[in-house]
Amino acid sequence: MINTLSLSPGKRAWQRFSRNRLGFYSLLLFSVMVLFSLFAEVLSNDKPLVVSYEDKLYFPLVKDYAEKTFGGDFDTPADYLDPFIKDKLKQGNNWAIYPPNPYGPKTINYFAKQPNPSAPSRDNLFGTDDRGRDLLAQLIYGFRLSVLFGLALTLIGVVIGVITGAIQGYVGGKTDLIFQRFMEVWGSMPELYLLIIFSAVFAPSVALLLFLLSLFGWMGLSDYVRAEFLRNRQLDYVRAAKALGVSNLHIMWRHILPNSMTPVVTFLPFRMSAAILALTALDFLGLGVPPGTPSLGELLNQGKANIDAWWISLSTFAVLVITLLLLTFMGDALRDALDPRKADQA
Amino acid sequence: MTKPLLEVKGLNVSFAGQEVVRDIDFSIAPGEKLALVGESGSGKTVTALSLLRLVQNASLGGSAVFQGREGEVDLLAIPERQLRGIRGQDISMIFQEPMTALNPLFSVGNQIAEVLQLKMGLTPSESAREAIKLLADTGISEPERRAHSFPHQLSGGQRQRAMIAMALACKPMLLLADEPTTALDVTVRSQILDLLADLQQKNGMAVLMITHDLNLVRRFATRVAVMENGYIVEHGAVDEVFSNPQHAYTRRLIDSTPTRDVQEPDLSRPAVMKAKDLRVSYSVSTPGFKGWFKAGRFVVLQAASFEVPAGQTLGLMGESGSGKSSLALAALGLHPHEGQLEVMGKAWSRDEAANKAIRQAIQVVFQDPFSSLSPRMTIEEIVGEGLQVYQPGLSAVERQQRVLQSLADVGMSEAQFSGLLQRYPHEFSGGQRQRIAIARALMVEPQLLVLDEPTSALDVTIQKQVLQLLQRLQRERGLSYLLITHDVDVIAAMAHQVMVMKDGVVVEAGPVSAILKTPQHPYTQALVGLRG
Repeated sequence: MINTLSLSPGKRAWQRFSRNRLGFYSLLLFSVMVLFSLFAEVLSNDKPLVVSYEDKLYFPLVKDYAEKTFGGDFDTPADYLDPFIKDKLKQGNNWAIYPPNPYGPKTINYFAKQPNPSAPSRDNLFGTDDRGRDLLAQLIYGFRLSVLFGLALTLIGVVIGVITGAIQGYVGGKTDLIFQRFMEVWGSMPELYLLIIFSAVFAPSVALLLFLLSLFGWMGLSDYVRAEFLRNRQLDYVRAAKALGVSNLHIMWRHILPNSMTPVVTFLPFRMSAAILALTALDFLGLGVPPGTPSLGELLNQGKANIDAWWISLSTFAVLVITLLLLTFMGDALRDALDPRKADQA
Repeated sequence: MTKPLLEVKGLNVSFAGQEVVRDIDFSIAPGEKLALVGESGSGKTVTALSLLRLVQNASLGGSAVFQGREGEVDLLAIPERQLRGIRGQDISMIFQEPMTALNPLFSVGNQIAEVLQLKMGLTPSESAREAIKLLADTGISEPERRAHSFPHQLSGGQRQRAMIAMALACKPMLLLADEPTTALDVTVRSQILDLLADLQQKNGMAVLMITHDLNLVRRFATRVAVMENGYIVEHGAVDEVFSNPQHAYTRRLIDSTPTRDVQEPDLSRPAVMKAKDLRVSYSVSTPGFKGWFKAGRFVVLQAASFEVPAGQTLGLMGESGSGKSSLALAALGLHPHEGQLEVMGKAWSRDEAANKAIRQAIQVVFQDPFSSLSPRMTIEEIVGEGLQVYQPGLSAVERQQRVLQSLADVGMSEAQFSGLLQRYPHEFSGGQRQRIAIARALMVEPQLLVLDEPTSALDVTIQKQVLQLLQRLQRERGLSYLLITHDVDVIAAMAHQVMVMKDGVVVEAGPVSAILKTPQHPYTQALVGLRG
């Protein structure tokens, strides 16, 4: 009993969260998915993990070898899916361990038995897209990019939003007033047009996209943090700290911030799913990541262009829905866990 | 003998298997005034609410037989539909906080008229006239104008009067009054109480008064029931219970008036705080376009001059809005002021580094024990914070020793609460939190403590313990207190000097004995007179 009593508010919220089965298992499944996608190179790649050729060990995953190394004719990097090279690697004592899905995100299956896009088969479990790239590999790498992009965008938005909100709420007065007006002006800028203009001016890249979306992504959160700081700064515990002579920075960091994190944490999953959706939408419109980058939005666009290739749109759709659904379930559970009106049940 | 108006037998209320009201019996005769007394958490409010089945998610047991206009009914057994007819008509209720009990979007006249239309079937024009009459009955001045006022335009007392007018609209046979005066200023309290007694007599209704205030019980009720932990531990006629309490808890309640146990002043030491012509004002927006250029000033404290002598207590009395909390903030250097204010011979400046020396000399304990401790810091972090500011060189072990010592000084030890230092504020009761707040203030060894209503959020028995603690600390350490309160009992127990404030002006000041025995100003007389 005593143990459950002396838990910090954060730990109690975690207990409430893990009591929500749906949210808890969503978090578990999502973490596993992200973890697997981080090791995508091992799972899905056109290079073998280990090659033993003429009693020497090679690691193509970390180092490029010329085709000549394995008895080929050219100085160019070896294509391990070429039937000639494959054959060489099987001769005599030679062996090679390929990843479970022997295609990378950009690998084109030149040796497909069907025209592109080809339907799911033993060679390509999920089929290929209209350029002959393996769909499963695209999905794995696309999912990884989406999630990492979402995480980065959320993180940047949280940091900027918390800092600006904290300053506005804590200082108040004229600073607050001026900053609020600035945010109103800033928020009324047409985000999509800016993106179109910038993608025309600069070479499109993930970093540019992250930067542009970050410029606008922090504002919603900033308002919530500001409101929390406004409320908390006039509470007695802040006054008591001021009366003790604690510095302003310390009060903001040590006293008010921990008590203002509820909206930040609650919105994390929702912000992340919004970020993933934004990336997907921009890719779909062709304003997003540079061509050739594995992306869910680009796959959706292909699915639209090749309606009869049902495997493209269906599998991409499934990955997107599952990702967003898991994030939403987590968000719901978090919101319930951090709701101060919900008492702990023993 | 006539049948009682309401007879409650074996009432049980539990939330999710946890009993909060256990097997209580009581009855109210027609036209009787019964008071239900107890501290917070004793189950008194739940008892009243469950009579009208207004508690959510509660499972109710027992019976409550009510002799209504439509005959005898068991309030706990009849269908919801029938109960709705009884609510507001035969039994009505007034609440502690009239601001939240009235709908802010409708005028009070409208809200009263709505009751009349729903329950009595009056036409809109009839009900509007009747509403004004009801408001006039409650003694509101200019009832025609007030009927068109919205709740936020009325004062606390007027709101409670409007609430009473609404509750009495259908001439109920039983009125449930849940702490009807607790949220009001002391001088307004007695007016509302007189009004209730007056209307009770006029209408011949019975009243079930729920309160924690024994003075109020003595003045108002004929019979009293004392509740503790969901049980009624004692009940009987008011005179009998007060003069000859049987149960230990009742005795403790009656005995909880704070006692005076302070040292007589040592006049040789210089005053720790001196103020001359102290003024405090807030900026308010000026209406119209002028407000774009110039902010108006709203003066909350005018030209106050006082001294807090060393080792003594200056009591500051006044009701809400009298400027006493603003004075406290100014004294702590948390709000700018005009005029002279010196703490230990040093004045506050704009330079925070220079202020730090003063901050060590003057510390504060706030009223609300729940908002004065950060919910996400451990007790060790909260109490030890002052040390980190003033003695950053201390090692972790030394700091922990000092924190434990300070907690021991306010009567809290590891033996009582295992893992005391690592606990969080939510695990402690109001009185314990107030002790922690005192420990935090004492950590930096101040000479002067500003006590802003330190006990008014606490139950009476806890209040007495905290005051005793403060008295002991003053004796042992020669502390000075600037004690802000609206409670004359607390002033009588603690203060050496008294200052009475009203609307930002000090109306009377002097030694405590003189002020309490022969108050000069009419306002002070009203305050002191309430003590009964």
